[in-house]
Amino acid sequence: MIRILVAKPGLDGHDRGAKVIARGLRDAGFEVIYTGLRQTPEAIVNTAIQEDVDGIGLSILSGAHNTIFPKIVELLKEKNASDIVVFGGGVIPDEDIPALKKAGVAEIFTPGTATSDVVNFVNNNVKARA
Amino acid sequence: MNREKLVEKIIEGDVRAAARLMRIVDDRSQDYAEYMRNIWPHTGKAAIIGITGAPGAGKSTLTDALISSYRKQGMTVGVVAIDPSSPFSGGAILGDRIRMADHAMDQDVFIRSVATRGHLGGMSVSAIDIAAVLDAMGKDIIIVETVGVGQDEVEIASVADCSVVVTVPGLGDDIQAIKAGILEIADIFVVNKADREGADRTARDLQMMLELAPRHGEASWQPPVIKTVAFKNEGIEELRESINSFLATHKGDKKSARLLYAAQGIVKERVFGEYFTNSKLNEAIAAGGHDPYKAVDTLWSNFMKLG
Ligand SMILES: Nc1nc2c(ncn2[C@@H]2O[C@H](COP(=O)(O)OP(=O)(O)O)[C@@H](O)[C@H]2O)c(=O)[nH]1
Ligand SMILES: [Mg+2]
Repeated sequence: MIRILVAKPGLDGHDRGAKVIARGLRDAGFEVIYTGLRQTPEAIVNTAIQEDVDGIGLSILSGAHNTIFPKIVELLKEKNASDIVVFGGGVIPDEDIPALKKAGVAEIFTPGTATSDVVNFVNNNVKARA
Repeated sequence: MNREKLVEKIIEGDVRAAARLMRIVDDRSQDYAEYMRNIWPHTGKAAIIGITGAPGAGKSTLTDALISSYRKQGMTVGVVAIDPSSPFSGGAILGDRIRMADHAMDQDVFIRSVATRGHLGGMSVSAIDIAAVLDAMGKDIIIVETVGVGQDEVEIASVADCSVVVTVPGLGDDIQAIKAGILEIADIFVVNKADREGADRTARDLQMMLELAPRHGEASWQPPVIKTVAFKNEGIEELRESINSFLATHKGDKKSARLLYAAQGIVKERVFGEYFTNSKLNEAIAAGGHDPYKAVDTLWSNFMKLG
């Protein structure tokens, strides 16, 4: 069974987008660990390891994507957990995407992405571990 | 990592190793039973506390507050938080951690979210094994938050050293439900959301019902009714102390029941997973002229020959 952590790092507002993704992934048959708002990168990585997830989906609205995404990838590396696939979405300018991918983020979804695209991405790129 | 090494690391308290075995056990993959064989002998030290009650009653919030309370006592805590799988997709949203976010950075707190995956009874098939892994890795207290929907979700009572049943004020129906099945299983009652109207009354009603229906076979423990406001941390110390005094005389009482429950689970898995599979049953039903008794008789006699 594929397990995905859906988290909403950063200090800003609501988690509507994250909830939509969480529901979409559940309806596609995945187990989603949902942690809610205001997660620090360190907390996200600790949670991912305790929950032994196969992927982490991040929803970022705050514009802090250029620091938060690479930070999480780096922390996973430190903990020998680089096999966890990191993806995410939010209001992310196109010109930032190449650098994020280079930093190790597997996929970036921009606003307007259909939930089914995210589901397809998980199906094609995330494998259950056990 | 080989099996001995993984188990060894778990006993040393290694988080990744424990998380990995929980996955193997939850997925029933590889030779999970071989791992668990090596885990069970290292269990029995932890106190397992079950928390059950209707969705939204505040079980996760209470768990969060209890974690803080135990941590202040210097105790380490494991949590198994169970949520239902969708019967349609098989997927799940496991959201209990939302209420426990303050403990995400504490190395002495290990929280694991688990989906029911079709199992009824308020638990998952793997929940008891996952609690055993937490026990083996040295957690002092293990809190199991069950799905707890109706009167049947009470499996936890047969495995927890102490069962806490959570209710909220003002739900007449809720009290009915408690009357019907849950009264007997609670070692401690919590009326959470005591900031709301009617808490005193609900507590009084419960108290009265408990006095009218004394615990079978036991005079020494009268389940207390404790009022809490979980998200304001009110009543939590009283709850912890109450759990402690129950455990002081009852910890270990459920040890053999827990093993029996685990053994029953293994029997079910082996019998249905290996011998009486749906496809074999369907075949036998068709071959036996659609007589379910005849179908089972045929399979049963083959099963008995396996000796
Ligand atoms: N008014 C009030 N609300 C509470 C209290 N404890 C929890 N809640 C809220 O009740 C809702 C459900 O809580 P949760 O812990 O998720 O319930 P669970 O489904 O039983 O795990 C949340 O919105 C909590 O903030 C309380 O003592 N008083
Ligand atoms: Mg809950």
